[in-house]
Amino acid sequence: MALIELHGVSKTYKQPEGSVHALKNVDLQIEKSDIFGIIGMSGAGKSTLVRCLNFLERPTEGEILIDGKNLADLSEKELRKQRSETGMIFQHFNLLMQKNVISNVCFPLRLLKVKRKEAEQRALDLLKLVGLEDKAKAYPAQLSGGQKQRVAIARALASSPKILLCDEATSALDPQTTESILQLLKEINREMGITIVIITHQMSVVQEACNKVAIIEDGQVAETGEVEKIFNAPQSKAGRRLIYGEGSEAIRKMESSNKMSVGKKVRIVFTRNSSFEPVIANMILHFRTPVNILRANTGNIGGVAKGDMILGLPEDIRLQEEMEQYLQDHGLEVQEVEKDV
Amino acid sequence: MFELQTINMLLEGIRDTVYMTLTSTLAGYALGLPIGVILAVTDKDGIRPNRIIYRILDVISNILRSIPFLILLIVLIPFTRFVVGKSYGSSATVVPLVICAAPYIGRLVESSLKEVDKGVIEAARSMGASDLDIIFRVMLVEARTSLVTGATIALGTILGYSAMAGTVGGGGLGDIAVRYGYYRYQTDIMVVTVLLIIILFQIFQTIGMKIAKKVEKRK
Repeated sequence: MALIELHGVSKTYKQPEGSVHALKNVDLQIEKSDIFGIIGMSGAGKSTLVRCLNFLERPTEGEILIDGKNLADLSEKELRKQRSETGMIFQHFNLLMQKNVISNVCFPLRLLKVKRKEAEQRALDLLKLVGLEDKAKAYPAQLSGGQKQRVAIARALASSPKILLCDEATSALDPQTTESILQLLKEINREMGITIVIITHQMSVVQEACNKVAIIEDGQVAETGEVEKIFNAPQSKAGRRLIYGEGSEAIRKMESSNKMSVGKKVRIVFTRNSSFEPVIANMILHFRTPVNILRANTGNIGGVAKGDMILGLPEDIRLQEEMEQYLQDHGLEVQEVEKDV
Repeated sequence: MFELQTINMLLEGIRDTVYMTLTSTLAGYALGLPIGVILAVTDKDGIRPNRIIYRILDVISNILRSIPFLILLIVLIPFTRFVVGKSYGSSATVVPLVICAAPYIGRLVESSLKEVDKGVIEAARSMGASDLDIIFRVMLVEARTSLVTGATIALGTILGYSAMAGTVGGGGLGDIAVRYGYYRYQTDIMVVTVLLIIILFQIFQTIGMKIAKKVEKRK
């Protein structure tokens, strides 16, 4: 049994202008100790989805099971207890601005009637964990965005939750800070075994931190599975749009301005150490025909060289096939890029 | 420049005015703070929307606030007599002042509480906070600067109203200004009372703003 299970979850908002279907028949399974990414464009329904996981939003239909417990069956009091076992962090941190750092971290413990002394000791330990023990007496307004998010993480962990929900937790942060927050989340997952659900609109966040991902579009799950598999070969239109990224938009513009003619576009994905070999250069030497690199994105993700490229192959169909075979023989994933992405 | 008797009268006037203002503000908050909290909580964007309760309080406080204070003062005379036993003097003035101030304070509190960031409330909710936790540990704490500023405004307004009660024998500096300045044409005494009211107002205002600044930790 998965730790978090969603069965046919729908959420409809009734408004005078008509109903808005934020979620439509969502099924999801999140296993214990997963770092599960939920990715989608703005307005796809991912924020509503994560709020259903602690019943900040009640689904209109369907059920949500946490550890086998149906949230809809809980009384108001039981639900509050359940919420205290699910930590949550937010895009805008949502710290108490009139309380200092340590009081913020103590807050969930004080709600649980933990004695002040005990709560403060636990808060100090957590601040040490997130690297902010020297800021205990500071007020949130004196901290940077990354530090505020660290305080929020410490606060979310104070009541020793089993699950940590992150709602666009890195969207207001710069790339370096994002990286360090994601490292911290991974560390927490590894060392405390806390299941983490990350809501984001950035594929890089999912690649960096998550082992599984669900792609949400228009209130529905477009596809779900292991990050590596989906990144290498996205099956859904929404998945391709997110993974191929803005590059495909640029390519379309280049094409429409007619400055470039390309026979066939393929996307290749580097896995393991293949991006350290000059595969493309070797292929060009081998076939004595140039290819167009339309987009390239490589980097070190989790200690493994990973990345992808979109290539424009020559117009000769036989040559195209031979090149695709060559790339596959060298251990690369090759997919044709369609017009619609 | 004044006789000792006049000076004593003015000192008593200051004492009465301060007494009326502070008592009415405190009692006004005892009534107005819960009104404001309930308004903010039951509003359609509040943490527990309730149209009926909101509407009832909304209408009552609007009616009370729309009656000019001097008329309220006269309308309430029987009630005042019932509560304090007489309808003149500073203790009697406190009754209509509180009735007038409570809905006004309720509105001030409501608007302060509505400024609290919805995200912080949501975060508290996600940690398992109950409605009461959210009111007492989040809303009232986060809004404290605005609440203190509001209290300063309320204090100033009530000081002004207490002077108005002087026209019907309300006691305090307003009473002196009306009796000597208006009925006896002793302009010098009237000018002094007006100056004293201005000084009192400034003192309240300065203290209020100092406290507001002290409790502000958001910058």
